[in-house]
Amino acid sequence: MSTSFVPAVDPADAPPATPDFGPASRLTCRECGASYALGAAYACIECFGPLEVGYDFAGVTRESIEAGPQSIWRYAGLLPVAPYAGDEPNLNPGMTCLVRADNLARALGMTGTLWVKDDSGNPTHSFKDRVVAVAQSAARRLGLGTIACASTGNLAGAVAAAAARGGQRSVVVIPSDLEDGKVVTAATYGGTLLAVNGSYDDVNRLCSELIGDPLTADWGFVNVNLRPYYAEGSKTVGYEIAEQLGWRLPQQIISPIASGSLLTKVDKAFREFASLGLVEDTPYKVFGAQATGCSPVSVAFREGHDVVRPQRPDTIAKSLAIGNPADGPYALDAVRRSGGAIGDVSDAEVTEGIRLLAETEGIFAETAGGVTVAVLRQLLASGAADPAAETVLLNTGDGLKTLDAVIGHVGPTAVIDADVDEVGRVLAARQS
Amino acid sequence: MSVSVRIPTILRTYTEGASEVSLEPAEDTLAGVLDALEAAAPGIRARVLDDDGKLRRFVNVYVDDEDVRFTDGLATPAPSGTKVSIIPAVAGG
Repeated sequence: MSTSFVPAVDPADAPPATPDFGPASRLTCRECGASYALGAAYACIECFGPLEVGYDFAGVTRESIEAGPQSIWRYAGLLPVAPYAGDEPNLNPGMTCLVRADNLARALGMTGTLWVKDDSGNPTHSFKDRVVAVAQSAARRLGLGTIACASTGNLAGAVAAAAARGGQRSVVVIPSDLEDGKVVTAATYGGTLLAVNGSYDDVNRLCSELIGDPLTADWGFVNVNLRPYYAEGSKTVGYEIAEQLGWRLPQQIISPIASGSLLTKVDKAFREFASLGLVEDTPYKVFGAQATGCSPVSVAFREGHDVVRPQRPDTIAKSLAIGNPADGPYALDAVRRSGGAIGDVSDAEVTEGIRLLAETEGIFAETAGGVTVAVLRQLLASGAADPAAETVLLNTGDGLKTLDAVIGHVGPTAVIDADVDEVGRVLAARQS
Repeated sequence: MSVSVRIPTILRTYTEGASEVSLEPAEDTLAGVLDALEAAAPGIRARVLDDDGKLRRFVNVYVDDEDVRFTDGLATPAPSGTKVSIIPAVAGG
């Protein structure tokens, strides 16, 4: 057997040619700093640390961004994509609404302005369309004809739909106990959908083991071997918030935590905008939200640990049910560096959070949104979050996919015959 | 009977490209398996364990489908017939 150690990209993962990744120039290990050529690689050969895209940015201005399309591709100069990536078949996600949420702010006792970044407005109704679009582009550059993923649900639909639009094959792997809304929508887009008897962490493990198997020779797992590119797509949430606020940063931002990637990339987006001079470098705090039934990052925060101890998830917030979150340590770093906090809430509070956001702002969030609203309420009550600070809350998905969370809690006010008197009786009863 | 170890792509430079190796450890724990793996593929243990001899932060090791962080870590029993998987932890989300 070979006894030598060669710190280079595995030949099996090497790109077929010199692909155009725009401003991206390399992959760098976040743990030990080892540098690698751009390719379908995700873990450092030296220390197993996650690889992150490195850039040489040039010529990105507010004006160049504002002249771009109404999608994530307006930020192509800040992503690991070719300048023409947006012209290739894709779902064109992004530029979702930043909703001023005065009613919710009042309900939460806030005096500062509260905004909801409503990513349920993406093509498959979750923020996952952003990350998939960037990974889909990377798959094209690397000559990978099949896009695949391990999913808690939202990603499943995003990958299957993007592949359908892009004329690519898709293989989506999910836990078999997901909500019907997510399974049915993903299946309707076509492609191969594999439901695994096990948890999301079991699914994730299976997909990691498939890397390097001859079965998957032309597969790009968006959140495994294409993860460095995929994760960068989440930066566009942060870019859009800053641009939609009029080229400035909010004082507080609260994000759900599943793997921890979204939170860390929104933080990265704010820092990039500041370092490029696109916004003033004003201080902001990053807050994280988990469900108590899957709260490994929240527990690590509360106990002062740098290491995230895995949990076995048990929560209705299935889109956040990652017991072993890959970016958990980095989410902790971002929250602690900024002076923020992380909280977790019960499933009952998740449902209350969904209803509160719907009743105050007309936004029907999936369970992750309910988690985030409920944790914001908790952090305001504890004093960890400032009620007078301008705050942005991330809603990452659509409540129509997780109806089970509210079924049994809401329904018709009354079932009546088609009779004017009956309407009168019901209305009178409600007023009494 | 022996113990089989599934090798991730990024460590296959140590195993001449083999995705799985079969070992006969002297000690029937995960630590014993890693000792045998090191003997078969010198240098590989230092990729899995840090300088303090603990599992690296971004490595997941499974013994018969159990994440060893939920069991006894390197002391997890791994008798003959056990299947061990070493997997990068940075996937998913």
